Amino acid sequence: MRARDGLALAGGLGVAGLLVAAFLRMPAVGGTVHVYRDLVLPAAQHANTPNLVSSVNFDLRALDTLGEETIVAAAVVGVLTLLPPRRKALPPERGYVLPTVRFTGYLLLPVAVVLGLDVVLHGHLTPGGGFQGGVVLATGWHLLYLAGSHSALQRLRPLTWLEHTEAAATGLYVVTGLAGLLAAGSFLANFLPRGSFGSLVSAGTVPLLSVFVGMEVAAGVVVLLSRFLAHGLGHAR
Amino acid sequence: MTAVCYGLAGWLLLIGCGGIVRSRHLVHTVVSLSVAQSGTYVLLLAIGYQKGAGAPIVGQRQQVPVVDPTVQALTLTDIVVSATITALLLALTVQISRRHGTVDPDELRALRG
Amino acid sequence: MNAALLLVSVVLVAVAGLVVVSTGDPRRQAVPYSVFSLCLTVLFVVFQAPDVALSELAVGSAVVPLLVLLTVRRVRRR
Repeated sequence: MRARDGLALAGGLGVAGLLVAAFLRMPAVGGTVHVYRDLVLPAAQHANTPNLVSSVNFDLRALDTLGEETIVAAAVVGVLTLLPPRRKALPPERGYVLPTVRFTGYLLLPVAVVLGLDVVLHGHLTPGGGFQGGVVLATGWHLLYLAGSHSALQRLRPLTWLEHTEAAATGLYVVTGLAGLLAAGSFLANFLPRGSFGSLVSAGTVPLLSVFVGMEVAAGVVVLLSRFLAHGLGHAR
Repeated sequence: MTAVCYGLAGWLLLIGCGGIVRSRHLVHTVVSLSVAQSGTYVLLLAIGYQKGAGAPIVGQRQQVPVVDPTVQALTLTDIVVSATITALLLALTVQISRRHGTVDPDELRALRG
Repeated sequence: MNAALLLVSVVLVAVAGLVVVSTGDPRRQAVPYSVFSLCLTVLFVVFQAPDVALSELAVGSAVVPLLVLLTVRRVRRR
């Protein structure tokens, strides 16, 4: 280990030197020159989208988001391949959940689910969007496991439906893109009516794509965690 | 302020790589990789920051300047995607432990000949 | 945004990152990672990036620590 640590330290110092040289050539933090911001702001205001980040993600650079959600889908497929489904039943559950934890969990479960849906649906108006809302939904769903038990989670988690939802949502994103191609001449064009600034149904295809990504990410994360839970809990120490 | 922000990005990257080098357990390696990735998020957001500007949620006639939303869009999808990649790496770790019986990187010799 | 606030958040993130990396046992890494993620969220809010902060909080506070704990339980052998 000694030689390896010494080599790593030398390499780390060299990289640190290169990074310092690079950072000295970069503009100072807090400057006023931001070219992309000056391009995005009028474009998003024209499309009636208050949340500029959602506008960039689902309107101006929607193609990149298609690539990223494909990465999420591919990673979920990879995990499902590497961790095969369990054939044996899980061992009976031991362990004790404090009544306080149980109560708080059950109280917060509907709050978390509604919050996740709100973050997804209002992605074009307030901070949020498909990616964040999807993960919040998936995490809230697992409050059922934390406050209750794994069998409670299994009863209220239709895995086949979730796998279909994930695939369908990815496909619907592409379908919306093709509809934009047919309606406005370019793939993933924002062809739906803009609506009035700040209302729920506005900004064209941005809330629609946000909902599709939210469905995909939520379903993907729940399926991912289900496979890890089955493997982690099934092998009692 | 410039030195502090860029310095943090470099620091997180280097300690993440240091953690990977000194790691004795593959799961520790994956978590250190996650720390190294956080360095890039800090760098991106520091580039887009403007002193005295607000968050990129605008009104129709926006007077106050806002920070750059492009780098924020890059970072936020990056965070969710790298969480799923972390899950994939952890699933690989499980498979490695099943096939070789160990998760110590020093003991994994299967790539030899 | 206050320079002092930025400095405090940066120092918190740097220290939390160091703690995560130097914890050798992955079973004990899950909670420090969750704290690191929380400090990173605060830093992102100081950088005026609420979307990114929301994303980091949702992912790093619950999903990744849960995955880490389940994986460690799965790979542990006598």
